[in-house]
Amino acid sequence: MRVLLALLLMLPIGLRAEEVVLGLSEDSINITTDFHGSSILIFGAIEREAPKPQDPMQVIITVAGPNQPVTVRRKARQFGIWMNTDYVDVDAAPSFYAIATTAPWDQVITDTEDVRNKISIPRAIRSVGAPMTVQDSQSFSEALIRVRGANGLYSLNEGAVEFTRQTLFRTTVSLPADLTEGDYMVRIFLTRGGQVVADYERQIDVRKVGLERWVFNLSRQQPLIYALLSLALAVLAGWGASEAFRRLRG
Amino acid sequence: MQLYLPVAEVSINIFLLLGIGGLVGILSGMFGVGGGFLITPLLFFVGIPPAVAVATSANQIVASSFSALLAHLRRKTVDIPMGVVLLIGGLLGAGVGVFIFNWLKELGQVDLLVRLCYVVFLGLIGGLMFVESIRALRRVQQGNTGPTRKRYRDWVHTMPFKMRFRTSGLYISVIPPLLVGLLVGLLAAVMGVGGGFIMVPAMIYILHMPTKVVIGTSLFQIIFVTAFTTILHAVTNYTVDIALALLLLIGGVIGAQFGTQIGAKLKAEQLRVLLALLVLLVCAKLALELVLEPSEIYALSVHRGI
Repeated sequence: MRVLLALLLMLPIGLRAEEVVLGLSEDSINITTDFHGSSILIFGAIEREAPKPQDPMQVIITVAGPNQPVTVRRKARQFGIWMNTDYVDVDAAPSFYAIATTAPWDQVITDTEDVRNKISIPRAIRSVGAPMTVQDSQSFSEALIRVRGANGLYSLNEGAVEFTRQTLFRTTVSLPADLTEGDYMVRIFLTRGGQVVADYERQIDVRKVGLERWVFNLSRQQPLIYALLSLALAVLAGWGASEAFRRLRG
Repeated sequence: MQLYLPVAEVSINIFLLLGIGGLVGILSGMFGVGGGFLITPLLFFVGIPPAVAVATSANQIVASSFSALLAHLRRKTVDIPMGVVLLIGGLLGAGVGVFIFNWLKELGQVDLLVRLCYVVFLGLIGGLMFVESIRALRRVQQGNTGPTRKRYRDWVHTMPFKMRFRTSGLYISVIPPLLVGLLVGLLAAVMGVGGGFIMVPAMIYILHMPTKVVIGTSLFQIIFVTAFTTILHAVTNYTVDIALALLLLIGGVIGAQFGTQIGAKLKAEQLRVLLALLVLLVCAKLALELVLEPSEIYALSVHRGI
């Protein structure tokens, strides 16, 4: 039994004749006051110990923001007005999710492999189940993807990864201005015939820095002081403007 | 020029925010309304998360109202005893209002009820003010000024605990102003506004206060009620964005000074027609949104961790 387990554990290692060597243009992204979006260059090479197999290799690169629970509500017309009627709680959906591939989606990966590795956008969203009153929970997940897609938060870019001589790959992922803070995961999958042959993960820290950090921390850790500070600022600005105008006139 | 807002977590053009602040400041100075009923929807429109928009506009209202109040204090158009009575009612109402707000939030219907409140109250008050002020304008045009001051002998005068309000020239019971304050505080907390657009007509039509004193006195009450609301939002929901508030109030305080000047030049009747039209316009827009089919019937709400 123990020997079998050891063999099973060794099996994937034995298959990994091809490894990813990865480079990122940035290891961390600082959100400063003048932050208006960013883009990261993801590049790398494939290291081979054996000669290149005949079957062409494909590359999938994903960048995922931190997972958050999301409530999706649907409006319906009741008594002549549009109101929220049904809702579905999605347990975890990434705040940002971008996929780039070397070829059209159905050529790079099989459905089974997608289920196993949770790569495509619908698979990256985790939803346990809808309330009994909702029959079509699928349309709520679709709405989540549609709304976030329209805001540039979710994207699938087929053919956006440049792949030179089956060895060098590169792509650019642009991050929007309204970025949520947290650990962003960059994942790279190498596939052959729709099967994942190797994968690699790297983390990018997206953090507020400087004044942004200080203000954010104060608002969470000392909310009362923060509120009084906001009010003091408001009263001071009101008084200052009033005085300034009086001087101007008088 | 873009600026990343630390609490709202969005990047917005600075001049857009200054402009919104300025526009609302002008209205605030002209009419004595905090402008919350206008600034909150405008912030939704530029992409600020609704919770942050409601909380931060409360803070902004404090600034623009304070600036306008100082201008009114110098012109001696503030009835402070009346303001204090309204404020006592207002704080009580705001406390109850926050309780109701949180209860509705649990039911998931808070958006709808807030909107319905807007439509009903804006429609009622706008309509009432519009009809009344048009009549007043006609009287002025016909040169038939008539008795400027009727002797009101309604329920306001039959209650006990009478008090003299010298600035307003009134000798009435404190119960009606307390109730007006309570109602305004309640609606202010539920609707996320200062409540001036409800209080100003209530002072004119229920308490029969002179129009010139009404604006300064309502500003006095609004400042304290919105300051209370700001603290409640900051402590319970962490949704006050100080950077957003700063930009809005820079535009706001400057606008409020111009607004006070414009307000002093216009006649009271003209002022009321303009405010009535503005209130009706916002009401019509919100009512249409409730009735017309939205382009996206799904909406997302993210539960942010601390």
